[in-house]
Amino acid sequence: MSLFGDPHFAWRNAQSALNSAGPQAARIEAYWWLIFAVSALALILVVLAMFYALFHSRRRSDLEPEFRPSPKLERSRGWVVGILGAVTGVILLGLIAGSFATDQALESFTAQDALSIDVIGHQWWWEVQYIDPVPSRRASTANEIHVPVGRTVALTLKSHDVIHSFWAPNLTGKQDLIPGHEATLNFRADRAGVFRGQCAEFCGYQHAYMGFLVVAEPPDQFAAWLEKQRAPAMTPANPSQRRGQEVFLSRDCALCHTIQGTEASGKTAPDLTHLAGRKTLAAATLANNPSTLAAWIVDPQSLKPGNHMPSHLQSVRLGGDGPSGLLNQEDLQALLDYLGNLE
Amino acid sequence: MKILRGVWIAMLGAAALTGCEREERNFVEPPPTSSAVESLRLSDLRPGPSSPPPAAENSAYQENAYAISEGQRLFSWYNCAGCHFHGGGGIGPPLMDDLWIYGSEPQNIHATIIQGRPNGMPAFGGRIPDYQVWQLAAYVRSLSGLTPKDAVPARSDHMSNESPPTTMEKPSPKMTGSPP
Repeated sequence: MSLFGDPHFAWRNAQSALNSAGPQAARIEAYWWLIFAVSALALILVVLAMFYALFHSRRRSDLEPEFRPSPKLERSRGWVVGILGAVTGVILLGLIAGSFATDQALESFTAQDALSIDVIGHQWWWEVQYIDPVPSRRASTANEIHVPVGRTVALTLKSHDVIHSFWAPNLTGKQDLIPGHEATLNFRADRAGVFRGQCAEFCGYQHAYMGFLVVAEPPDQFAAWLEKQRAPAMTPANPSQRRGQEVFLSRDCALCHTIQGTEASGKTAPDLTHLAGRKTLAAATLANNPSTLAAWIVDPQSLKPGNHMPSHLQSVRLGGDGPSGLLNQEDLQALLDYLGNLE
Repeated sequence: MKILRGVWIAMLGAAALTGCEREERNFVEPPPTSSAVESLRLSDLRPGPSSPPPAAENSAYQENAYAISEGQRLFSWYNCAGCHFHGGGGIGPPLMDDLWIYGSEPQNIHATIIQGRPNGMPAFGGRIPDYQVWQLAAYVRSLSGLTPKDAVPARSDHMSNESPPTTMEKPSPKMTGSPP
C-alpha cells in the first residue's frame, strides 16, 4: 500500500520540513528551530518558576490570624510581573519580525533562468506540464515532478476544480492553488533525492491521499528524463501489447486518459504516455508495479473511495463481453502488459 | 396538547427522513442491467389492449443529488457541452426545453446515449460505464426540471458565473420595433 517496500526510497525524511534540501526550505527550517528554542526556553523557565512557587510558598501560619499584604512587597512584585509581561511581548514581536523576514527572503529569491513548470491541481491528483516555447516539446506527466539540482524552478500553480495547496516541505513552503487564479512558487533543490509532498488544503474525499513526489536529480540526468517525456509512447512490441492498446482505445480508458502517439487524448485524467516510468500510482499512494496497477484498474473505488476513476470490478467479475461487460480477464492482462511497458 | 406535540415531532421526523436518500453516495455501482433497452418503447402506440406503463427503472439515480451532480461533471468531461452547450443547444438539440425527440424517460435518454442517434449523436455504449450513463440521464432530465426538486442541487459545485441550471429562465420573445 505504500512506498515502505521500496528500498530506494528513504521514507523517514522524505517529507519533513526539518530535512531541508534547498535555500528556501533552509530558511524555514532555521526559523522553525528559532521558535522551537525560544518556546522550549520559555517552557523551562515557567516550569522552574512553578516549582519554586510550590516549594517556597509561605506557610499557612504566616498568614494567620489575618491576611494583610504589605504595600511595599506588592509594588515590587508588580514590577516583576510587569517586566516579565513586557519581555514576553518583546519576544513575540521579535518572532513576528523573524516570520516577516523569512517570508521576505522566500519572496526575494530570484527566478532568473528558471525552469517553468505548470502544476494543476485536480480532485485528487497533480497534473505536471513542462512548458516549452515549441508546443511539440512540451511534456506532460502526473504526480511526479522531476527537477534539476541547483537550478531554480518556477512553478505556476493552477486549479481545475477546488482550492488545493501545494506543499513539499523539504523544498519550500505552502502555496494555495485557487481556481481561476495563477500563483507562482519558486524553489531550488541543492541536493539530489526523492521528496514527498501533498495537498495541504482540504479538497474532498481523497484529500489525505493527494500526494506527489519531487525527484531532484543531476542536470544531465534531468535533461535525459525530460527528453524521454517529450517522446510519444512506445509502439506495442508484441501481440499481447497490441491487444492491450486496442483495449485501451476501444473501452472507457481513452475518454479520460491521454497516451501521446495514439488517438487517446482525454484531458480529465492523468497522462499515461510514460506511466511505467513513474514511481507511484494514484497520486503517490501506491508503488507502481503490475499488481498494484491491476488492483487500481479493477477496483479503484475500494482503494480510494470517491475518486473519479470508475470501478471495473463488476465487469471483470462478470467476465462478459459485449456492451455491458467492459473488461474481461484476458483484456485486463493485455492491458496490463501494454500499460506496464509504457516507459 | 401532548398529542399535538407528538404529532408535530412525528411530522418533523418524517420530513427529515425524506432527505435520507438524497445525498447517498454509492462508489461501487451495481452491475449494469441489459433489461433497460428491451423494455424501451419509442412510441406510445401499441397493438392490443393498453398495458400499464413500466415502472421507472433506476429511479435511485433520478432522486439522488450526488448522481445528478456527478452527471453534471460528466456532461462537461465527456464534452456533451460541445454540441448541446449547457442545455441551450447549438449543434445538437437543446436539452432544457420540454421537447424530446427520442423520449424523456430515463430509459429513453440512457438508450440515446448508449446507441447514438442519427445526425451526429455518438454512441457511447461500451465507452463509458453504465452507471455513468444513468447519472448523465439524471442530469439531462434535471435540465428541464423532470427530476424531483429536492434532489437537484441548489447550486453548482463548480465556480462559475452561470446561474445554476434549475434557476435558468427560458428566454421568451420580446417585442422590438413598432408594429406595422
